[in-house]
Amino acid sequence: MSRIEKINDCVIRFANVNGTGSASANNLFAKAIFRMGVPVSPKNIFPSNIQGLPTWYEIRVNEKGHLGRRNGIDIMVSINPQSLAKDIASVSAGGYFIYDNTKPMPKGLLRDEVNNIGIPMTEICAQNYADPRQRLLFKNMVYVGAVATLLDMEMAVLEQMVSDQFKGKEKLITPNVKALHLGRQYLIDHFELPSKFRIERRDLNKDLIMIDGNSACALGALYGGATVAAWYPITPSTSLMSAFDEYASSYRLDPKTGKKKFAFVQAEDELAAIGIAIGANWNGARGFTATSGPGISLMSEFLGLAYFAEIPLVLIDVQRGGPSTGMPTRTQQSDILACAYASHGDTKHPLLFPSTPRECFEMTAEAFDLAEQLQTPIILMSDLDLGMNEHSSQPLVWDDRRNYKRGKVLNAAQLDEIKEFGRYLDVDGDGIPYRTIPGTHPTKGSFFTRGTSRDEMARYTEESEPYVRNMDRLLKKWDTIKNYLPAPEWQNQEQENKMGMLYFGTSESSSLEAADLLEEKGIHLDLGRIRAFPFHPSIADFIQDHQKIFVVEQNRDAQMRTLLINELDVDPARLIPVLNYDGLPITGMLIHDKIMEHIGYASTTLTDQHDLRKTSFSAS
Amino acid sequence: MTYVKPAFRHPEAAKNKLGYTRKEYEGALSTLCAGCGHDSISAAIVQGIFELSIPPHRVAKLSGIGCSSKTPTYFLGNSHGFNSVHGRMPSVATGAYLANKDLIYLGVSGDGDSASIGMGQFVHAIRRNLNMVYIVMNNGCYGLTKGQDSATADPGSINKSGHTNLFETIDMAGMALELGASFVARSFSGDKEQLIPLIKAAVSFPGFAFIDVISPCVTFNNNKGSTKSYDYVRDHLETVAELDFVPLAEEITSDIASGESGRITMHDGTYLQINKLALDWDPTDRISSLTKIHRSRMNQEVVTGLLYYEAERKNLHDILNTVDTPLNALEYYELCPGNSVLQTINAELR
Repeated sequence: MSRIEKINDCVIRFANVNGTGSASANNLFAKAIFRMGVPVSPKNIFPSNIQGLPTWYEIRVNEKGHLGRRNGIDIMVSINPQSLAKDIASVSAGGYFIYDNTKPMPKGLLRDEVNNIGIPMTEICAQNYADPRQRLLFKNMVYVGAVATLLDMEMAVLEQMVSDQFKGKEKLITPNVKALHLGRQYLIDHFELPSKFRIERRDLNKDLIMIDGNSACALGALYGGATVAAWYPITPSTSLMSAFDEYASSYRLDPKTGKKKFAFVQAEDELAAIGIAIGANWNGARGFTATSGPGISLMSEFLGLAYFAEIPLVLIDVQRGGPSTGMPTRTQQSDILACAYASHGDTKHPLLFPSTPRECFEMTAEAFDLAEQLQTPIILMSDLDLGMNEHSSQPLVWDDRRNYKRGKVLNAAQLDEIKEFGRYLDVDGDGIPYRTIPGTHPTKGSFFTRGTSRDEMARYTEESEPYVRNMDRLLKKWDTIKNYLPAPEWQNQEQENKMGMLYFGTSESSSLEAADLLEEKGIHLDLGRIRAFPFHPSIADFIQDHQKIFVVEQNRDAQMRTLLINELDVDPARLIPVLNYDGLPITGMLIHDKIMEHIGYASTTLTDQHDLRKTSFSAS
Repeated sequence: MTYVKPAFRHPEAAKNKLGYTRKEYEGALSTLCAGCGHDSISAAIVQGIFELSIPPHRVAKLSGIGCSSKTPTYFLGNSHGFNSVHGRMPSVATGAYLANKDLIYLGVSGDGDSASIGMGQFVHAIRRNLNMVYIVMNNGCYGLTKGQDSATADPGSINKSGHTNLFETIDMAGMALELGASFVARSFSGDKEQLIPLIKAAVSFPGFAFIDVISPCVTFNNNKGSTKSYDYVRDHLETVAELDFVPLAEEITSDIASGESGRITMHDGTYLQINKLALDWDPTDRISSLTKIHRSRMNQEVVTGLLYYEAERKNLHDILNTVDTPLNALEYYELCPGNSVLQTINAELR
C-alpha cells in the first residue's frame, strides 16, 4: 500500500467534451471539497463552441489557501478521446490517470511513470441505465464517485450536494447517487486504496461562499441601484448581464403589481449598449453595461463623449484574450491601456481592479456612486478567470445605513436659489461641475449636452480660451478623482527593503503564492496591490522607495507597467515586467521562476519540480 | 462664435394655455445657411409644441451629428438637449426614455445620420417602439462636409458640383413602415401648414412616430437636376391627406364624407382628424401605405402627409413591464434589497 503523500494539496483536471453535462458534475465535485472546509479553486477551461470540442475543468486544492492556478496535474480524469494523448502526457510523473477503459486504449499511450486507473464507465452506465441521454450524463457522476473515493472524500457530502442540486427534481437524486456509488465501488473493488492524495475535513471555509465574479458584479449593480442595463452578448461578460436580470427579476419587483423596477435591454450592438447606458445616466437613472475587449473597441467613441460631456457611466470589462477576436474563452488582463485612454483626443478614464468576487460586488456598487460623484465613466476591469470561474470568497455584506451618493445634481428648489447655473462652471474648485436632470425646472437649469467644445455655460464655442479652460478643468477633476478611488493594498512592508512587487486583479493569489515561495528562499519582496487608476500617490512613493519592482500582469506588452511609467514619470529601469499571456491564469510558480531568473538564481525552476515518480502505486 | 437673439418680443404676443409665449419655446439663433429647410422645421417644432401647451422642460431633444443634428440648439431653449455622436441618437434616446417614461422625446436626425452611419440604431429604435418623435431632416446630401451624396439621394439626381448619383435611394418612410413603425409621415420643410399638425400629432402619439421631412439644402443640393431641391419637390408633391390635430374638448365642425376621413384617438382623448385626398390608399393598412409609397416613387411624385398610423401598440416600457414610476425617480429604499436578502443569497452559495 502506498504512503499518503499529500493531504489537501493537489491539482485535479477533468478532460471532457463540451456539451455533455460534465461542467455541473465537476462543479459538484469542487463544491463538495469546499463543503469539507478545504480551500479549493475550480477553473473551467472551455472552447468557443457549444458542443463537441474539448473542455477542461481544473481544480486546485490547497490547504494553505493558495488558490491561483498551479502547474502540474496530479490527477487527470480523461473522458475525451480527442484530447487523450495530450491529456496523458500532461499528468505529473507519479500522478494518476483515470480513463474509461470500456474500449481498449490505443497501444503505447499509457505511461509507466503514471498510475493508470481504467474504469469501464460506458459499460457500467450501459448496464445500469436504459436511456441513452442518462447513460451519458451519469458517466460524469461515475467518475466523480471514483475520484472522490480515490481522494478518500466524505461520500455523505457528495450525496448532500446531489440532493441540493436536484432540489425540486427529486426523481433524479436516487439515480445520481447510485452513479456516484457505482464509480466508488469499482475503484474499491479493483484498486488498492488509499492513494497518495487525500482530502481531509478542515474548517477553513468558515463563512466563505463560492461565487463567480460576474454574479458578484451583477449583485453589485443590483445593490448599487442600477435601473437601466443594456448589453450585447459577448463572452465572457454575458453571464454578468443575465445574472443581473435574474437577480433583479427576483429582488427588484414592485410587490403590488409585480412590475419591474429596472429595464433590461439586449441592444443591437455594443455601440447601442453603451449609448443606452449613457442616455439613461444623462436622464438621471443609473445605467450600466458590460462587455469584453472587442466591445471596448466599439464603445470607444461613446466613452470619449461621456468623458468630455461629463456623463456618469458604469462599464464592466470582463477581459479575455486579445487582440481582435483573440482567445475569446481564455483569460487576460490586456485591455488596460485600451480602457485607460479609450477614445480619440485627450481622454482618460478611472479604472477599478477587483481581485475577488467580494471586491467585484463592492467595487461595482461603489462604481455607481463614483460615476455620479465624478460625472465620468468608471470602468471595472474584471477578467474571464475572475468573472466566469467560481472562487471561494468572503461573504457579501451590505451596510443598510448606506445611501446612494448622487453627486452634484441640482433640484428645482436649488435652481431657484442660485444666481446662475452654468453646467461646466467649477463652483467648488474641485473641477467637478453641477448638473441638472431633464424635466427638473420649467425655466431654469436646462442646458445642451454635446461632444463639441463649449464654454462654462454649455454654449457651443470654437474660441481657444474656453476650450483650454475646459480641458484644464477636466485635468483638475482628474486630480480630484485620485482621492475618491480605492487605495492600494500594501503588505509585507519592511524597512530598508530594496525589492517590491506590484500586482492587480486576478494576479493577486499567484503573486502572493510566489512571494511565499521566494520568502522560503530568503528573498523578501514588499507587496502592493493596485486597485485603481489614476494611481494613488502612495504608488509613486513605493516605486521611489524600491530599487526593483516586479510588475506582475497577464498581457504581452506589460501594459500596467507602461501606464505606471507614463503617468508617474518613474524610471522604467526599476520596473521589471513579469508576464503571462498564454490565456490561462498566471501561476505562482511562473512568477517565482521569472523573478528568480531575473535576480540570478536560474538553476532550479519550480515548474519542473512536479515529479512524483518516486512513489509507487499498484493496480490490483 | 455665439449668436445672440434680440430679447424683445411684442408685449401682446399670443400666449398658450400655460401662459407662455412662443419665446419660451425658441432656441438660440440658427447658424445654418440662410434659407436652409432645417430652419423651417425648427420653426414648425417651436410652433407645434407652443400650440400643444407642453411645458418646455418636459421635452428632451436629442440628435446625432450633422447640420440637422445642430438644430436642437435652435428650438426649445428651455428643454434639455443632447447632441450625441454620429448616428447614435436612437440609443441615447432609448436610454433616456427608459430612465424617465414621462418626458416627451424629440429626436432629430439627418439622412446621413440615420440612413447611413446610424441605420442600425434607426432600425432598432423602431423595433423597440420607443415612445418618441423621430424627425429626419432629409436633404439627400452631406451638407456639413460640403455636399456629398447621401443614401437618400435619388438615382440620377445631380448635385451642385454636377455629380450624378449612381446608387439606389433608401426611402426612410418606406423603411420605417416595413420595420413596423406605428406612425409614419412624410412632409416638406416648405409646407408648414402640413408640417405643424403632423408634428403635433406625432408628439401626442403614444409610440414611435416617424416624420421624414424633405428639407432642401440651399447650398449644395438646390440646383437644377437635384430631386431634393425646392423647385423639384414643389413640382412633384403629392399630398395624401390633410391633417388637423384636435385638442381635447374641441368640437369638430367640419363635415367629412364617409370613407374619406378618419380619426386617431390619443391616450388623453385628443385626436387627429384626417381628411383623405388620395383615393388609392388606406392610412390604417400598412400594405396599402407601402404600395402608395412605391407607386408614388414610380410616378416620380413625392408623397407627403400622414402615410400610416396604427391604433395603440405596446411601447418599450410596456414590453419590458417596468413600474409606473419613472426609473430615475426610484429611491434608495425602493432599489436596494438590503443586507438580509444578501445574507440569504450568501447562504445559497455555501
